[in-house]
Formats: sequence, C-alpha cells, structure tokens
Amino acid sequence: MGKLMERLTAAQFAVTAEIGPPKGVNLEETLRMADLLGPLVDAVNVTDQQSAVMRVGSLATCRLLVERGIEPVFQLTCRDRNRIALQSDLLSAAVLGVENVLCLTGDYVTLGDHPQAKPVFDLDSVSLLHAASELTLGRDLAGKTLTGAPAYFLGATVSPGAEPLEPQIQKMEMKVKAGARFFQTQAVYDTERFARFIRDTHHLGVPIMAGIVLLKSAGMARFMNSNVAGVNVPEPLIAEMDGAKSKRQKSVEIAARLINELGDICQGVHIMPIGWEQLVPDVLVAAGLREAVPT
Amino acid sequence: MYMITEQKPFEEILQSLQGATSVYLVGCGTCPAACRTGGKPEVLAIKEALLGAGLTVPGWMIIPTACDELAEQAIVAQGEPIAEADCLLVLACGLGVQNVARYSDKQVRPGLNTLFFGQRDEDGRFVELCLQCGECVLGRTAGICPRTACAKELVNGPCGGYHNGKCEVDPERPCAWMRIYDRLAAHGQADQLVTTLTIKDYRKASHPRRTVVVAQ
Repeated sequence: MGKLMERLTAAQFAVTAEIGPPKGVNLEETLRMADLLGPLVDAVNVTDQQSAVMRVGSLATCRLLVERGIEPVFQLTCRDRNRIALQSDLLSAAVLGVENVLCLTGDYVTLGDHPQAKPVFDLDSVSLLHAASELTLGRDLAGKTLTGAPAYFLGATVSPGAEPLEPQIQKMEMKVKAGARFFQTQAVYDTERFARFIRDTHHLGVPIMAGIVLLKSAGMARFMNSNVAGVNVPEPLIAEMDGAKSKRQKSVEIAARLINELGDICQGVHIMPIGWEQLVPDVLVAAGLREAVPT
Repeated sequence: MYMITEQKPFEEILQSLQGATSVYLVGCGTCPAACRTGGKPEVLAIKEALLGAGLTVPGWMIIPTACDELAEQAIVAQGEPIAEADCLLVLACGLGVQNVARYSDKQVRPGLNTLFFGQRDEDGRFVELCLQCGECVLGRTAGICPRTACAKELVNGPCGGYHNGKCEVDPERPCAWMRIYDRLAAHGQADQLVTTLTIKDYRKASHPRRTVVVAQ
C-alpha cells in the first residue's frame, strides 16, 4: 500500500502536488521539481499531456519517480487512447510499480498543440474507472481473464465550483460506483462555495483533496474567472493580489490561508504550482503542514 | 434533413483539375442548393471562374437529387457535352459525387466538402443532430444527443468544462449535458441526469455499414 492510500483510507490529511513532463527528452528540470516536492508531499501527480499538448508520457515519468523513491499519481486521460491502449497502460503501470491512478476524461484536442489530431474518447472518466476496477478483479473490459491481477488506488476529479453543481455531484456518484476512492478537485478559491460542496457530497463517504493553484497575479485570477470553467477567484482575493508588493510572497500567503481554511473541511490538498514549484515548500511551511528546513 | 456541405476553395478546385482543359459541371438541386454550395447560382459562378482560368465548359446541369437514380438518367441525357469533357466537377455531397462516378466513365472531381447531416435551427443555421452511432440513447437524454452535441461524445454525464451553460471547447456552443439537464429539470427529473454506466460499442459504427431491408 502506498503512502497516499494509507493516509487517505486512515482518514488522515494528505498532500499531493503536480508536475508536468517536458516537451522533449531533457527531464533535468522535471526531476529537479520532483526531487524538491517529493519529500514534502505524500505523492506527486504526473500530468498526462496536460491541455492536450504533446509531451513525454506520464507513465514513463511516474516510473522515474518510483526509481527515485517518490510515490507518483499516474494521470490517465481518455483523449488519446482507446480502451485497448488504456487498459494496456493500466497493466503497464502496475508492472512498473505505479499504483495510484487518477482517471480523467482529458482536455479536448483543439485546446492543445495538435488540433488536427483525432479525439479518441472511446471511454470517459467513469468507464475508465470501471475498466481499472475490472482489471483489479482479474478480468478486462471484455470479460477476459487476466494472468495476474493488478492493484490500484483509483482517483478521479470533480469541479466543486461548477454551476450548476448537481450534475457534477451526480457524475461523482457514478465515479464512486465505478471505483473512485479519492477525489482531487479543480482549483478552489471560494471557501464558502467549497463548504457547500463538501456538505452536498458528504453522503459519498469518499476523501476529497481540494485543488490549490498558486495565484501569480490579479491578471491571472481575472483570466481564470472568465476563461476557466468552475474557477471563481473572489474579488477581495484579486484586490489583495493586486495591491501586493511581492506577488510571490502574497501567493504563498494566500495559498497557505486557503489550505488552512479548506483543510479544516476536507481530507487533503492537491497543489498545482504551474511553474512556481519552488514556492511549494514555503506554502507548506506557512500552512503549518511541514516544518521549515533550517538553512 | 440536409446533408451539409461547403465549397472547396477555388484554388483547391483548380489544382484538382490540373491536366484537364475541358470540364463538365454537375450541381445538385436538393441539399447543396439549400446550402448554397451547388445549386444553379453556384454552378454558374464556378463556370465563370473556370472560364476565367482558361478552361472550357462544354455543359452543366443541376441533377434534382444527385444521390439517387436520377443521376444515371441525367448523365445519359447529357451524353454529348459530357463526352467532350476531360472530367466532371461535381458540386454535390459525398453521396452525389460517388453516384455520378458510378454512372459515368469520366474522371470525377469533388467541388464540395461534405460536413454533416443536419437541420436548420431557429436562427437559420445548420446544426448536426445525429452522428449515426448505431445505438440510440435519446430515450435517456431528454431527446438531445450527447454523442453529437458534446465535443467529447460523452455518454456518462458532463465533464467539468461547462461555463455559463456553454462548452469550454467553443464558448459559442451550448454544453450538451446542460441542455439535457435543463430539459430533465423541466420534467422534475434533474436527479436522473446520469444513473447507469454506458460503454459505447463501436462495432455498431464500423465502416462501411451495410444493412439489408427484406422485401415484403
């Protein structure tokens, strides 16, 4: 059993952070980030060609993390692979010592850098979770028996700020039924709304990790408000960011505050630093989750 | 119902006619006429453009429906001018072009791209409503097809990308699942948006599809 599964199933607070593999084979920077974040968190998510931009694979990068003693969360999307490839990659993950899998539908191809590509979506997040659960029972989606069944700790995503919220919750129920055992959410800034979401999903009895995206500027906040579905940065936060002398310091302060407020009502946080990975240690120290390393 | 088409750029048409000096033009009086891509005015405009490019046009016709047996009769009736041409430029959908190719021994060039099979909406735009998946789910989705109306063809509920009822892929496009949700809500069934796991069966849509209608 991995550390993430151990903590979440024991109802302990868990922390994950995300890294994205590079476009090209020079992994120096990616692994430096993994080495920085790895010791501070319970597991490191590796994105699967995020925003539909072609990159080094999530699974290969996950294996490199395993070799460095860092527990990965393999993000797997349905955008680029049909059910044969998805199940094969799931089996490969198990063989490579990767147990945590975050099952996603995936961003649409035209949002990425190969807009001409065929969008696959043979399965979706729910049917992918179902397929992975079937594999753990020793059979594939076609009902064929496996030689050796894998074990996974399956996760899924949800957008707590989506309006209306009810469709998200119904889909969440489908994901839990299909085998999701933890959730990592879209970026949360509106703590009141998130509290309502937690109340409305309490019946599912599944651990939820609040998504924390480090704010870089007031402009970024406004951009997300108008362009990123389900993200709502409240005006006072934007004003606070706008008036800050040091954006980095303010970013750390806001993230730490969010972690404390959200952490009180859910079971963990998932940090998406998007380029500001080096600030994550400060965020975790400021949130009181980790002790400062003496320099 | 219409087969929706768009005209290829004239440069592309000209390039496809390289090596030909004489081109016979075929339009279609049904869907391409409605789409204004291959009716009489469009065929005449292409004729002028071809003449302007130094080609000769020994004749043209608008087949009332290029996709059925009328195509054969029309091609026979136009035997002489067609015989003078090096090839046929067909301003019809993929069915029409292939039908003309079937009944004529001349080389055939398509003047249109076939986009989808659809219907006019309230604003007079053509929209795609059915992608012929072979396993209709409309009974569970308030009569709105998620496989056609959702960019990701999702069948197990919406992704997290809806924003003000619109799709994150295209802010002009309504989210299929929000439309389904609103219609179910109007019937007091908002909690029935997604209740059972659906896994698609692409055998139903394996190309080319054929079916036999048994004669009575």
